[in-house]
Amino acid sequence: MDIADLIVERAEEGYFAYHRSALTSEEIHRAELEHIFNRSWLFVAHESEVPERGDYVRRSVGTRPLFVVRSRRTGEVRVFANSCTHRGATICRSDRGNAKTFQCFYHAWTFDSDGSLIGVPDEETYGPHFDKSKFGLVPVPRMESYRGMIFVSYDPDVEDLVDYLAGAREYIDAMMDAAEVAATFSANGHGSGNGNGSGADADGWSGPLQVLRGTHRYGIKANWKLLVENSFDGYHLGPTHATYFQFLKDQNVDVSPSTGTMKLLGNGHAVIEYSGSWGRPIARWAEQFGDASRQQLEALREKIIDELGETGFRMAELNRNLFIYPNLFVMDNNATALRVIEPTSTAYMDVAQYELAPRVEDPTVRKVRLESYVTFAGPGGLATPDDVEALESCQQGASSGVEWSLLSRGYFSEEPPMSGELQMRVFWRRWQEQLLAGALVAS
Amino acid sequence: MSPREAPVLERRDLRPTSVARAEVEDLLYTEAYLLDEWRMEDWLELWTEDAEYVIPTNDNPHADPENDLMYINHDYRLLKGLVVRLMSVHAHREYPWSKTRHIVSNVRVLGEDDDGVVHGDAAFMVWRFRLQDRDCYVGRYDFRVRRVGSDLKLAGKWITLDAWTLAPYGAVSIIL
Repeated sequence: MDIADLIVERAEEGYFAYHRSALTSEEIHRAELEHIFNRSWLFVAHESEVPERGDYVRRSVGTRPLFVVRSRRTGEVRVFANSCTHRGATICRSDRGNAKTFQCFYHAWTFDSDGSLIGVPDEETYGPHFDKSKFGLVPVPRMESYRGMIFVSYDPDVEDLVDYLAGAREYIDAMMDAAEVAATFSANGHGSGNGNGSGADADGWSGPLQVLRGTHRYGIKANWKLLVENSFDGYHLGPTHATYFQFLKDQNVDVSPSTGTMKLLGNGHAVIEYSGSWGRPIARWAEQFGDASRQQLEALREKIIDELGETGFRMAELNRNLFIYPNLFVMDNNATALRVIEPTSTAYMDVAQYELAPRVEDPTVRKVRLESYVTFAGPGGLATPDDVEALESCQQGASSGVEWSLLSRGYFSEEPPMSGELQMRVFWRRWQEQLLAGALVAS
Repeated sequence: MSPREAPVLERRDLRPTSVARAEVEDLLYTEAYLLDEWRMEDWLELWTEDAEYVIPTNDNPHADPENDLMYINHDYRLLKGLVVRLMSVHAHREYPWSKTRHIVSNVRVLGEDDDGVVHGDAAFMVWRFRLQDRDCYVGRYDFRVRRVGSDLKLAGKWITLDAWTLAPYGAVSIIL
């Protein structure tokens, strides 16, 4: 089937559907890697994960093995292909750590944290023309960091990250600004605990948010685009997550349905922003948090609104699922988290979720943050397992012979609601445009 | 159940206990049986009110639950919430119910602490079958049990998974 025929839209009747072969075709999956994942900015890590010189983390990004390391010489973050320039073995073999050098275990070629090749056993046997400086580790073509979030691109000609982020920037900024208020507030001793709060692991990192230790890394037997749809789908909350809302109800939390809006941010990015009956660690106390954190959260809320005005109120009161095309979600709801979707194969994706917290945080708030997050999200939560079930179920349905999936909801809404599907239509259109443009260049 | 405490094999501050391994095994086997039969409310009865049920992430087994992201860090109230969920037809990941088999072995009773809480560890394998899923969770229980009246009850379970990552599994949607 031609890429151009995979989406059918009839504006007059408000109809939008995509062909389910987009979820099952090997050919389309290969085209996605080539024309989307090799052409976009992709999130790789947060700078707080490598706070000290020599710190590294290992990642797979757009199915390529990489590692991120903070240079011992300059303190700058570098991202390299995780492959020895000699015969190809992966040279970074742990998920994270600190290293002086990286030595390939196969033939003991050794590289420093800037990627320079500094050791080759029996180097003289390569002859007089062998030049070690030509065999350093290969950096990714582009690497840029925005407010601590490190992105890479495999396209040397990709536009600058700040331009790529387009309207998503102001949402990242507002979230970081609110977190900075929270971190400063806790650091100044406005807490029930000591002035240092829970910031002990943040040495060497001075940004507002840090990634907490512990990663939710799990697999879903479904196409990656189904999790994109699901992650900013306000429509599924009631039916899919009934047991989570029952849990909140049992904790005397008022569970009126969320309401809110959706905003398109350019370049395929979008955000839903909505009310929630649950509490927010920055900063909205709710019954399920218990009394210990109440005073602290209410004081923090007042401080954020005081310093950031209307934006501060939105940051404290409302929830956001911010999509950065093609595969990153910044979740700012029950807690703050990054969800990275890795398109491993047509019918299988790897998911990584990192929880973020202010670099200094009052212990009572940290406690409710952790609990609020894991009761809802992650593989052991009361909600995420049911999303996994829904997506695997959709993947099975994609082979049923029923050919089209419908994304028409809210087609005629003037103010797009958070429970509409316009954000998904825009995602699918951008996806199609990139595949079409790629096919054109290829021919 | 503190992080440093749980994975330590031989705790020097424990003293010999009169609780026999056979009695602890009976408790763990009963737990396994009730979970496999989906008798979740009966399972909850095995726990003390100050229960702690903890599963750190695969990449952070020596976690600090006060500061780190866990899969599960439940007290009795949250365990009760989990049981309510699992007994609901709206727990979509587990309805229809999966078929599970909890296998517990290598049980060691290490001694008791000053509060009379008995500490020990065991190896486990939990198989889960459902639709196309054939999941096997393997790891270690660091458990604490305590006598309440004449019964021995579970006070804590720290569950360390051996796999380096949870993937390709999508969830820990059952009780391990």
